[in-house]
Amino acid sequence: MKHKTFFWFFLPTGLAMFLFIALPIVSVVIQSVYAPHEAVIIEVENCGPFGCTTETTIDQDATAAIREAQPLGRFVGLDIYLDRGHLAVNEIREAWATTESWSAFGDVLFNLPFYRAMAFTLTYVFVCTPALIALGLTIALAVNSLHRHLKGLAIFFSLLPMIVTPLIGSLILFWMIDSRGILGNFISYLADDPDLSLKASTPLMWISLIVYGIWSSAPFAFVVFYAGLQTLPQDQIEAAQIDGATRWEQVRYVVIPHLMPLVTFVALIQIMDNFKVLEPIIGFQAQAHATSLSWIIVNDLGGETRQLSAAATTSVMTIIGVAILLSPVLVRTWRDFQKGGH
Amino acid sequence: MASKAQRMPVGLKLATNGFIIFWLIIAAFPFFWTFWGSFKVELDFFSIADWTNALFGPNTETTHGAPFTGAGYEGAWIENEFWRNVLNTFIVCVFVVSISLTMGTLGGYALSRSGFRYVIWLLIIALIFRALPQVTLVAGYMLPFFEWNVWGIIPTAIIVLVAMNQPFTLWMLHSFFQNIPKELDESAKVDGCTQFQAFRHVIIPVMWPGVITTGLFSFLLAYNDFIVTSLLLSESNRTMIPEIAAFLGTTQTEGNVMFAVAAVVSATAPLFVLVMFFQRQIVSGLTAGAVKG
Repeated sequence: MKHKTFFWFFLPTGLAMFLFIALPIVSVVIQSVYAPHEAVIIEVENCGPFGCTTETTIDQDATAAIREAQPLGRFVGLDIYLDRGHLAVNEIREAWATTESWSAFGDVLFNLPFYRAMAFTLTYVFVCTPALIALGLTIALAVNSLHRHLKGLAIFFSLLPMIVTPLIGSLILFWMIDSRGILGNFISYLADDPDLSLKASTPLMWISLIVYGIWSSAPFAFVVFYAGLQTLPQDQIEAAQIDGATRWEQVRYVVIPHLMPLVTFVALIQIMDNFKVLEPIIGFQAQAHATSLSWIIVNDLGGETRQLSAAATTSVMTIIGVAILLSPVLVRTWRDFQKGGH
Repeated sequence: MASKAQRMPVGLKLATNGFIIFWLIIAAFPFFWTFWGSFKVELDFFSIADWTNALFGPNTETTHGAPFTGAGYEGAWIENEFWRNVLNTFIVCVFVVSISLTMGTLGGYALSRSGFRYVIWLLIIALIFRALPQVTLVAGYMLPFFEWNVWGIIPTAIIVLVAMNQPFTLWMLHSFFQNIPKELDESAKVDGCTQFQAFRHVIIPVMWPGVITTGLFSFLLAYNDFIVTSLLLSESNRTMIPEIAAFLGTTQTEGNVMFAVAAVVSATAPLFVLVMFFQRQIVSGLTAGAVKG
């Protein structure tokens, strides 16, 4: 294909990605180093019969004028990155100097929005991902041994938690674990505590969110592993059987090594997906107990006062986080192309 | 044909089947429970006294005279005009799917037929774009969209969703076109067709299976989107998902949770039908990326 033909074929999609993905990234980075203008304040002296008072008021015209002249705001460099809402460098330095024990330092850290969000996000990512891979693999092995008429039905129902809109899926679970819902009732019956409420306790809320994460993503792992099982080399299984391998040993030494590339694939995809966790926090109304970087951005952007600079800064930090998580995938893709798989 | 050695011992067979049943209950029960409960009143669906109230609906019977009631649906669809949001979702989905498939097939076809080095770079850039959380881009849209006065309207959301959808569409269709033999369009070109004519007359007739699979995922992306539609659409133009999120704020206080439950069930129904008819395509689409590497 000639360069020119390629250009015309690729133009629409390339233009769309350039305008709505590449440029916004640049725009977000620029916004993150600008803060909104402060209001221009003037002092007015009011002299009346009872003496003079000075009042400070906002000069609306001057404020509007400066906002008009420089719509981006004033350049502040990395200040927003370092402020309390983000990396909170000063607060941490102070806490480091003043707190006595690790747990006291941890408490301070947990009260800073960025670190609070990171604590939950990382726990979520690194608990959900291995758990959903294990669950997905077990389901795949079990479904694979079913009679073939039942397989289709089993796959249909297994797909539901993944296909359904994340917000809807989390709402459905949330209503069930509500203290008046069926699961909430059941749990408080098990715990023998009629006042038990998942919504009131941070650890229980984290567990519920993680359970949602596993529930909604295990089907993806299942489908990928199930497809991998269809290409399992039968002769290796037979050779293992002849050598006297038990069923478990066959799984351990033949099936799992065969599926290993797929396990890596699922793990990488899920780590990146779970890092952006947002909908369950909104659906479970869990913001008092758990937040994530995505949630902070949405919270800053929504509402009456749109805090663009703060949101842009969190966005850049999220992008950096994703870049770190993404680097192994990129190296792998690059190597595949080099091998001539293209 | 399973040999005798491969046949499972009875104990293992029971354990496996038990596990499958257990998993299927976990996977499917919440949906059936919510569907059943959406025809009850709040006191039954959220019952402190007795969980069986949600099954038989005694309070529903005293309020409405029957154990089932459509009051939640009536409240959501008519009183809160949920049908407007359904209509908006429909418009968004139709346009996002058709536009992004048109652009994606052209781009993906070009990528698969060009052997130059920049193809690899374009694909890697697309992969990076695909991995970016969508929410990080929204702050970048706000200022220009306000400036141009296009914030809050449906076409804006459609264009943004199409663009966000492109990286994935490109990857899917690129690997799909890769599997269509190059000889097909080469021979058409030997016969005097231009590249576009070859695409038009030779490739388009055979590309539908891949396009349908990719289209399903574009549809799911548009239908399930929460971030773009909730942050870039004004209140009057909301699609279903942000409207349901908004219901939560308002109905909880007014005691109309059942409206939200009914809306949730209404929004799940199309997805059920979709999985029922396109299960094979969804499974093959999910695994395509993995098997390809």
